[in-house]
Amino acid sequence: MTATAMSARSDLTELGRSETALRAFLHGLPGVDQVGAQQRAAQLSTRSIKATAKAWAIDLAIRMVDLTTLEGADTPGKVRALAAKALRPDPADPSCPHVGAVCVYPSMVPYVAEVLRGPAGEAGPAGVEAVSAGARVVHLASVATAFPSGQAPLEVKLADTRAAVAAGADEIDMVINRGAFLTGRYQEVYDEIVAIREACGPAHLKVILETGELATYDNVRRASWLAMLAGADFIKTSTGKLPAAATPPVTLVMLEAVRDFRAATGRQVGVKPAGGIKTTKDAIKYLVLVNETVGTDWLDPDWFRFGASSLLNDLLMQRTKLTTGDYAGPDYFTRD
Amino acid sequence: MFEYAPAPESRSVVRLQPAYGLFVNGEFVDPTDGDSFTSINPASEEVLAEVAAGGVGDVDRAVRAARTAYDRVWGPMPGRDRAKYLFRIARLIQERSRELAVLESLDNGKPIRESRDVDLPLVAAHFFYYAGWADKLDHAGFGPGPRPLGVAAQIIPWNFPLLMLAWKIAPALATGNTVVLKPAETTSLTALLFAEICQQADLPAGVVNIVTGAGETGRALVEHHDVDKVAFTGSTEVGKAIARAVAGTDTRLTLELGGKAANIVFDDAPVDQAVEGIVNGIFFNQGHVCCAGSRLLLQESVADQVLASLKRRMAQLRVGDPLDKNTDIGAINSAAQLARISELAAAGTAEGAQRWSPPGELPERGFWFAPTIFTGVAQAHRIAREEIFGPVLSVLTFRTPAEAVEKANNTPYGLSAGVWTEKGSRMLWLADRLRAGVVWANTFNKFDPTSPFGGYQESGYGREGGRHGLEAYLNV
Repeated sequence: MTATAMSARSDLTELGRSETALRAFLHGLPGVDQVGAQQRAAQLSTRSIKATAKAWAIDLAIRMVDLTTLEGADTPGKVRALAAKALRPDPADPSCPHVGAVCVYPSMVPYVAEVLRGPAGEAGPAGVEAVSAGARVVHLASVATAFPSGQAPLEVKLADTRAAVAAGADEIDMVINRGAFLTGRYQEVYDEIVAIREACGPAHLKVILETGELATYDNVRRASWLAMLAGADFIKTSTGKLPAAATPPVTLVMLEAVRDFRAATGRQVGVKPAGGIKTTKDAIKYLVLVNETVGTDWLDPDWFRFGASSLLNDLLMQRTKLTTGDYAGPDYFTRD
Repeated sequence: MFEYAPAPESRSVVRLQPAYGLFVNGEFVDPTDGDSFTSINPASEEVLAEVAAGGVGDVDRAVRAARTAYDRVWGPMPGRDRAKYLFRIARLIQERSRELAVLESLDNGKPIRESRDVDLPLVAAHFFYYAGWADKLDHAGFGPGPRPLGVAAQIIPWNFPLLMLAWKIAPALATGNTVVLKPAETTSLTALLFAEICQQADLPAGVVNIVTGAGETGRALVEHHDVDKVAFTGSTEVGKAIARAVAGTDTRLTLELGGKAANIVFDDAPVDQAVEGIVNGIFFNQGHVCCAGSRLLLQESVADQVLASLKRRMAQLRVGDPLDKNTDIGAINSAAQLARISELAAAGTAEGAQRWSPPGELPERGFWFAPTIFTGVAQAHRIAREEIFGPVLSVLTFRTPAEAVEKANNTPYGLSAGVWTEKGSRMLWLADRLRAGVVWANTFNKFDPTSPFGGYQESGYGREGGRHGLEAYLNV
């Protein structure tokens, strides 16, 4: 933080009360040099992660996957299958960890909840420890707030959120109002996040910045701070519905923001890159980025997630390769 | 903890010979009146090879070979044909870049990440760039038909052995000169591999000659009566001696010498990128960089914040095996250089500056120096005035832009400077006032063959790189 800096922690909570204060604060954040940020991310992508380090990173990455399906064509059957896979990604290998969460549309939440919860009062699916409500091993995330466009009245977004939570979601992925943000109506964006945060109740709130529409890294940094000030538990890059999704430099800027935010307020916020992360190699690059930008405090599924669908199978293939020495064909892993 | 497992680059790509001769007139020959010395790996002190030390007679033989090649082949050759050879060399460098990079790291101690991602791409780019000029010299702005000078004597340092070779040889050859090049005695091996590449490219004999050796060999080369041009990169002390040696003769001279660059960070700087730039400015290549940003000037209002970020970032630097692909800081090039760095660092402490290095252990064998910063440094301290040429940063502060300019310029050197600010007008205002050959804006240690490089005052004279770099090798 620059001179704007955080003299007293309480000052920050006051910012949301005035458009002028919010604007002054966000525009007072240090700028991001585009070339420099890209260069740093590119440099970190040359790290060579081999052998034991790779095995460790793959298992961590699996635990960080938000296994996602967000299609109009999603069916109860498909999301049930996905949830089963989330619990036991590699049925052939019980030592394979479960993923971080399953992420679906609100209408699909009840079907996923059924699977993740297991039959009432009984142990979960074979090989997974007993789960009770509130202590799920795999979290249930749902996009809400008129995902992916966010183009709906606030009342609709709030209802969307409450419905998802009521149906069993314990994490809500909301999108910010990019139109309001880009035209400088920061108060509106802030108030909306605060309102959704309240509607979430006990559920965690991930705020999607849709960085592909924010155009500059300066905006990414400002939007990150705005979301955190308004109470986000996680900040997330993208909906995955745009060609411009998560990139290492964007994630780097967001990681710097959560690092600085914790230094200023004492509150730790998670980061979730989403969209376009398809290979183990990509995932490991992100973990290196986390490791060398914010350190080990964030190398945990509670603080870093991957929004992805096809990534998991590549992680499983590489994991099998490391343990058995052989590549198995794609048919040896479930496709959903 | 995310511990990176060792990821060593394989050495098998390099075929080291037990002993190397001199490269004269297209072939490797034993020295006639010279001696030999060993080249070691500074990261392990392991002996890599025996290298010939050229004597006065060897230098003479090389200069005569270069003169003959200039008179009979290379001088009269049309530019478009010279270009073909240079393009061929450039492509061979790319093809053999892994081999060259590994050998460079072995012999010099620099991390493979840098020799692979910085040095070698720039080396090839330099040859490609000047190959392009060879048949276009009429349009370089020096009038029609600019003539070459003749035989160029070139002496290069050990910090970027192959890159400095490229900076010297590529423009000399493109303009029609022939060369006798002396690499630094601690880092001769990639120059000798380059000689092999000249053979592989069928470069006519005598166009490039490489005479290895120490200071005496260099002196014999510089003082040779039949040399038309001397180009030197290295210490200011040796540069002055060379200037004295050629004074009164009609030998042309360009010198690229030391530096004590200011890296200036204003309170509106993009902080995270500025910290990267500070790290890159002083810890790149173990600080063995003549244009290193060795004096950090922080605006008082952000000094504490930037320092805190810098220390956090320095704790991430990985010091160790240069051939490990994850190493950020390799070995100091020689015992002598390590002694020089240690002596100056001790002087910093003795003069009252506060020394800090991130926690971490250094390897036992080889020459190592932990990345170090000194805070509370005054302009009068030796560490603020003398070139350390190692991973040691002196931190000073300033209050106003005018004070930044005054402090930055208050040095006998003037090779480079860096400015970090989001304000374009301030950037231009400073660039006008800083007495330095290169001013980097929101970046540092950025090199490109199209961009001229050179210094003010004790940093030398003449420019290398770009169109300007042609002038040093043309009779204009």
